[in-house]
Amino acid sequence: MSGLDEGVALREAVPEALEPTPPARKPQNGNNQFGLRQKVVTYVVLAPLAILFLAPFAWLISASFQPMGEIFSSVPHWIPKDPTLEGYKGFLNVGHLTTFQQGQGHGDWRWFANSAFVAVSITVLQTFFNSLCAYCFAKRRFPGRNAIFLLFLATMMVPGQVTLIPDYLIVQHIPFFGGNDWLGNGGHGWLDSYWGLIMPGIVSAFGIFLLRQYMLSIPDQLLEAARIDGAGEFRIFRSVVLPLCLPALAANAIFTFQGAWEDFFWPLIIMSSPDKITAPVGLALFVVQNRTSWTLLFAGSVIATLPMIIVFIVFQRKFVQGIALTGIKG
Amino acid sequence: MAQPLVRTETDAAPVKTGGRWSRPRLGRGTPHANRRSLPARVWKERSAYVFLLPGMLIFSVFTLAAVAFAVYLTFHRWSIIEPDKPFVGLDNYRDMMHDERFTESVLNTVYFSGASVPLSMATGLLLALLVNLPLRLRGLFRTAFYLPVVTPFVVSAILWKWLYNGDYGLFNYYLLHAHIIDTPLLWLSDKNLAMPAVILMSVWAGTGFSMVVYLAGLQAIPQELYEAARIDGAGAWHRLRYVTIPMLRPSTLFLLVMGIISSLQVFTQIFVMTNGGPVNRTTTMVYYMYLWAFKYFDMGYASTLAFALFLMLLVFTALQLRLARQASGA
Repeated sequence: MSGLDEGVALREAVPEALEPTPPARKPQNGNNQFGLRQKVVTYVVLAPLAILFLAPFAWLISASFQPMGEIFSSVPHWIPKDPTLEGYKGFLNVGHLTTFQQGQGHGDWRWFANSAFVAVSITVLQTFFNSLCAYCFAKRRFPGRNAIFLLFLATMMVPGQVTLIPDYLIVQHIPFFGGNDWLGNGGHGWLDSYWGLIMPGIVSAFGIFLLRQYMLSIPDQLLEAARIDGAGEFRIFRSVVLPLCLPALAANAIFTFQGAWEDFFWPLIIMSSPDKITAPVGLALFVVQNRTSWTLLFAGSVIATLPMIIVFIVFQRKFVQGIALTGIKG
Repeated sequence: MAQPLVRTETDAAPVKTGGRWSRPRLGRGTPHANRRSLPARVWKERSAYVFLLPGMLIFSVFTLAAVAFAVYLTFHRWSIIEPDKPFVGLDNYRDMMHDERFTESVLNTVYFSGASVPLSMATGLLLALLVNLPLRLRGLFRTAFYLPVVTPFVVSAILWKWLYNGDYGLFNYYLLHAHIIDTPLLWLSDKNLAMPAVILMSVWAGTGFSMVVYLAGLQAIPQELYEAARIDGAGAWHRLRYVTIPMLRPSTLFLLVMGIISSLQVFTQIFVMTNGGPVNRTTTMVYYMYLWAFKYFDMGYASTLAFALFLMLLVFTALQLRLARQASGA
């Protein structure tokens, strides 16, 4: 959803400052200003704050290993007394499931598989189509370019909620899908299908805008040189433009993946089969429907968080380059 | 090479001498660019249109057509379950003006934004100032404060819903033990506590982002300014007040605009934690729209509500777009 994810993109785009070894500044305000006393005071202020921020996570991880009885004990246990893998096993569909267990959401590993499939598809497709469009807006001169680009820019101001409802109806009336006739009537179209989840997400005006800004800095001479060497237009795009904007592409891909993995509203309204919903929707419905197996829920929450944390840790450095795109230089 | 062997439109143009091509068209852009006829230029750049096609197709359907359709919906009583979808003129807008629950949802949303945005910005600034100091463990602290930002929102909401649980939640447990409260609080079902509870959770989830933006801002402030201030006899407080905070203005502006935009669209926390209750106290604009669209199935009225949100956001999105353009040097 083009309107929705721009917030996410900007929200995620800045962790330059998370770099563990910051540039040059260290010696300057290091020794002469910052004495032992200040250091101790700072730690005394920071440590409790950090504990407060991390405590919910610690609790989540601990509780995901606790049996129900322990979670619901009157004294919270930070270290599980009687650790169990019940919750994780439940999701990963290990062993024989009773009807009761199934009703509680056991065997819902598919939520995570769905999330992964949808998020990866959207990421790959959106990165490709965004960059293709961005390239045309940045480096090609063709009649109508400015008009089309302005149209893109203008729609960036429309929040996702405005297009949400019509998109729901449009998706419902896609011709030839889900039992629809050629006019798009009679069936449910792309509702409750992966098509409906993925297709609206494969271009993002905001992503195109950021990539275009990046591509503007590629010198025209490079493209001309390739053209003279006889490269076709797609070849130029693939072999000259794409390699030159890898940092921007990486940033775009990371934010898209995070946004797609976390996306909640759109999958919530268009998906209905329990075996097709994505992890955030599955977990949220779990709570809203007052199902009681909190061990399972906490284990599922941990599983849903892991990919985000892995992406964050692995690509921490890539985020640095992402900052140039959103340009918060202070 | 003094003369690069590059074939561009402008280079190629002077070759054609004589005939109608050579006559400069005064007053319409650069004369060279308009040498070719429109169909010729379209044909020459045909690959650009091919590249744009898939993106444009998706964009036209799910954004352009959707916006137009949304406008159309606001003038109709459009119920999914009824075959009749009559034109009702401005009735939806008039209804909205007299809808007390709508007014309430606007006030709730403003309450949420008004509290959560400044709070997470202030906390973020404080944390940024602290973790910008030369400490050995600052990388660890930064990661700790940023972790909630990486966590999927649904997971945070579920986790906090449990923390707020009246009987088993950690909040009540520790507050009771510290004798701050005498009786357990029903955080999410008390009509005066529910919104603050949701706000606290959102601040926890959003502070890390503010911190990182402020950190990037802090690291861009030239040290000479501090030296100069010090020579002028400014103490730590004055350096903060008259150097740091004014120099962080771009970061502050960015965070303010982004924060307002995303907080006015708050939905996930509400859906998971409170369902808009108790007695509509946490029914925000987007949640109210969701109710009308997908609980009462009135797409017309729901779209009208979406446009009300659009109007509220317009000022801020325009500002955001300007910031983004400035930052990326467009």
